Amino acid sequence: MHPTRPVLRPIILAAGVAALSAGLFGGCSKPSDPNARAGDLPVDAEFAKKLQGQLLDAKPGSVIEIPAGRWHLDRGLSLRVNGVTIHGAGMEQTILSFRNQVAGPEGLLAQASDFTIEGLTIEDTKGDALKINSGDNITIRNVRVRWTDGPRTSNGAYGLYPVKTNNVLIEGSQSFGAADAGIYVGQSRNVIVRNCRAEQNVAGIEIENTIDADVHDNVATGNTGGILVFNMPNLSQPGHSTRVFHNKVDANNLGNFGAKGTAVASVPAGSGIVVNSNSLVEIFDNDVTENATANVIISSYFSTGYFSEKGTQPGYDPYPRGIYVHDNRFKGGGDAPDGMDLKVLKTAMFGLTGRFPDVLWDGYVDPKRADVPEERLCVDATASGVLNADGPNKYKSPRMVSDTLRCKLAPLSPVTLKGGAAAAASAASV
Amino acid sequence: MRLRSLTATAAGLLALLASCARAPAPVAFIADGRPEHLSDWHLLNIADGRLTPNAGVLPYDLVTPLFSDYAHKLRTVWMPAGVAAKYSPDQAFDFPVGTILSKTFYYPRGGAADAVLKTYDAEPGAPAAGLDLSRVHLVETRVLVRRADGWTVLPYVWNAGQTEAQLQRTGDTQALELVDAQGHGEKFTYVVPNENQCASCHVTNLRGGTFTPLGPKARNLNRTLAYTEGSENQIARWVRAGFLTGVPAGELPRAADWRDVQLPIAARARSYLDVNCAHCHQASATASNTSLRLDALGPADWSLGICKPSVAAGKGTGDRIDDIVPGKPDDSILPFRLASTEGGVMMPELGRNTVHQEGVQLIRDWIAGMPGQCNNTTKD
Repeated sequence: MHPTRPVLRPIILAAGVAALSAGLFGGCSKPSDPNARAGDLPVDAEFAKKLQGQLLDAKPGSVIEIPAGRWHLDRGLSLRVNGVTIHGAGMEQTILSFRNQVAGPEGLLAQASDFTIEGLTIEDTKGDALKINSGDNITIRNVRVRWTDGPRTSNGAYGLYPVKTNNVLIEGSQSFGAADAGIYVGQSRNVIVRNCRAEQNVAGIEIENTIDADVHDNVATGNTGGILVFNMPNLSQPGHSTRVFHNKVDANNLGNFGAKGTAVASVPAGSGIVVNSNSLVEIFDNDVTENATANVIISSYFSTGYFSEKGTQPGYDPYPRGIYVHDNRFKGGGDAPDGMDLKVLKTAMFGLTGRFPDVLWDGYVDPKRADVPEERLCVDATASGVLNADGPNKYKSPRMVSDTLRCKLAPLSPVTLKGGAAAAASAASV
Repeated sequence: MRLRSLTATAAGLLALLASCARAPAPVAFIADGRPEHLSDWHLLNIADGRLTPNAGVLPYDLVTPLFSDYAHKLRTVWMPAGVAAKYSPDQAFDFPVGTILSKTFYYPRGGAADAVLKTYDAEPGAPAAGLDLSRVHLVETRVLVRRADGWTVLPYVWNAGQTEAQLQRTGDTQALELVDAQGHGEKFTYVVPNENQCASCHVTNLRGGTFTPLGPKARNLNRTLAYTEGSENQIARWVRAGFLTGVPAGELPRAADWRDVQLPIAARARSYLDVNCAHCHQASATASNTSLRLDALGPADWSLGICKPSVAAGKGTGDRIDDIVPGKPDDSILPFRLASTEGGVMMPELGRNTVHQEGVQLIRDWIAGMPGQCNNTTKD
């Protein structure tokens, strides 16, 4: 059964997209200028002008309604007013297409607080689909972003992309085809990502350099890596305290199509949940299945190949600390790792038909603090085992270390949103 | 009878218009609202086939300008009587309420209707004596006005007849062809930004920051300009006009002219990056999430991109690892992005749809001459 899934899924998806295009295109969208076209698509110049005008004129409390229809825009939209809600008629009904965009490069760039966006699709942007830069109390609900030609390196980097934000709720949303991360939250604080779907991205869901995040009840499937929790150097803050729970992380076996040099380009195809250089990450109650390199990977920046003394801010902490993997449901995976080194390692240790255990660890530990109990890696017996790949010794002595890691760490506290996103969260859960 | 009186009225109107042309209305500071036409401000006059600054409006130029698809720029400053900007050694001057800055983007014409010339040669008389309208194609004029509640930006787009510019708050696009000295044409879409896009450069602090002018800083104004009444240092001229106070005695800061080959290449390159990139790439600005700092005052370490892996570049890496690899421009992300016109790859993100060949070459030469290496590696 499983081998057919990655093959069938894209076909079904593509067929769905085609049907949708044909259905909505004819009915809803009348180009204002028959000669204005972006590639093969008419550009709704009057629509774009009106919508951007509404974004310019918005006041705190404004609700901007985007009507049903498939609208073609050739320039990115931007918002800089706090307290604005953008409201589409639903992700199947309101579609903003940026195919052959001439300026942007984002679909919508919001540099604002108390911002809510819901009920629409943004597709085929040259750059990031929805970027929210430096704002507090952000809600993204029932928003879909996608690149309709499928996974391509030339797609935009990020789908849903709040960065340097506080109190962020992303729910009921979807990303397909991002060339970096589909649903990405970076350099932020107090974040919930729930009930979302990420498929055919390099990274499905990524939490990076973020403090206090809950990622739960999402589906990440058919990506290169399903759910990533990363800390990269040189950024405004190191992240910690992320809970990844009750997600379905299945068959993230898509070949890595990220441009070389991006952080996610170092992720092997077939990665389920990946922690890189982050601290205090609790991974529990997930269904993690059929990820062909490993269902869980715990690693250090030292393994990415990007480390250099000159290019790394002094004080950067490359070690994952306090990682707790427990009470998950694992199945399959580890049977066809990506990359020659991992293939050789797998075959050498587990044979041609064998497989890696559920947790693959590169083995980097801060030698000065190796014995600090709360900074250990702890993995319970719901995982089939842990392989220490012995990265620090050039992978000379890889070994199973399952028994030495049967420790427990204190559970992390749930994230509590404050402000506008909190009100949105409680209203939605009633 | 009736016909004759109409003719007489028309003649009277013409006389009135002619007298207006001889003595244009003074500059109008409009304290609120968004005037629909550039002419409402009376900053620039059109007479005898020339576009010229109105009385009291001073043209100015910058040591190193922002690249905007090879457009030429006629910049002006005006202030009401009795008020003046306060000097700052490193930031944009603190301009008083009533200040109006304008920047007119234009090209020397290149023959065909949409053809314009790719040249650094200044137009005869520009900027002090204005522009010969038979020689240039006016695209847009951006007006920055300092009101009681801060700066307001107003983008005006010139009509086909080149007689008036109309407010376009949501921006505009224009198909043009850039023709070089060898006669090679390059078609491109000139993009007039919307007001928010203006702010994405002009608001340099994303959290609580306000809109500020970018060009008129001491280091970038500190040069000589050929005024109609003779050549003079611009800062001295502003002081003499009553536009500027608080200028200290002695040597003032001066940016490196990016085109002056007598100057050290690092100074030219840093000056170029400062003007073209640092409005976003500085602490707290739009691109601060990348931690890449390209302002002229930052240190020459990883924060300038040296051996620094990308943060959020996506396909913008061009399969390269570090922003700047000393000695290796081909391996460096920075010149790769400057040399692209693809959305999501090209830098700057806004304000250009062509490649600034001479700017790219400067950055490449600078990187090629840098000592050292990065040695990106997995660590033992």
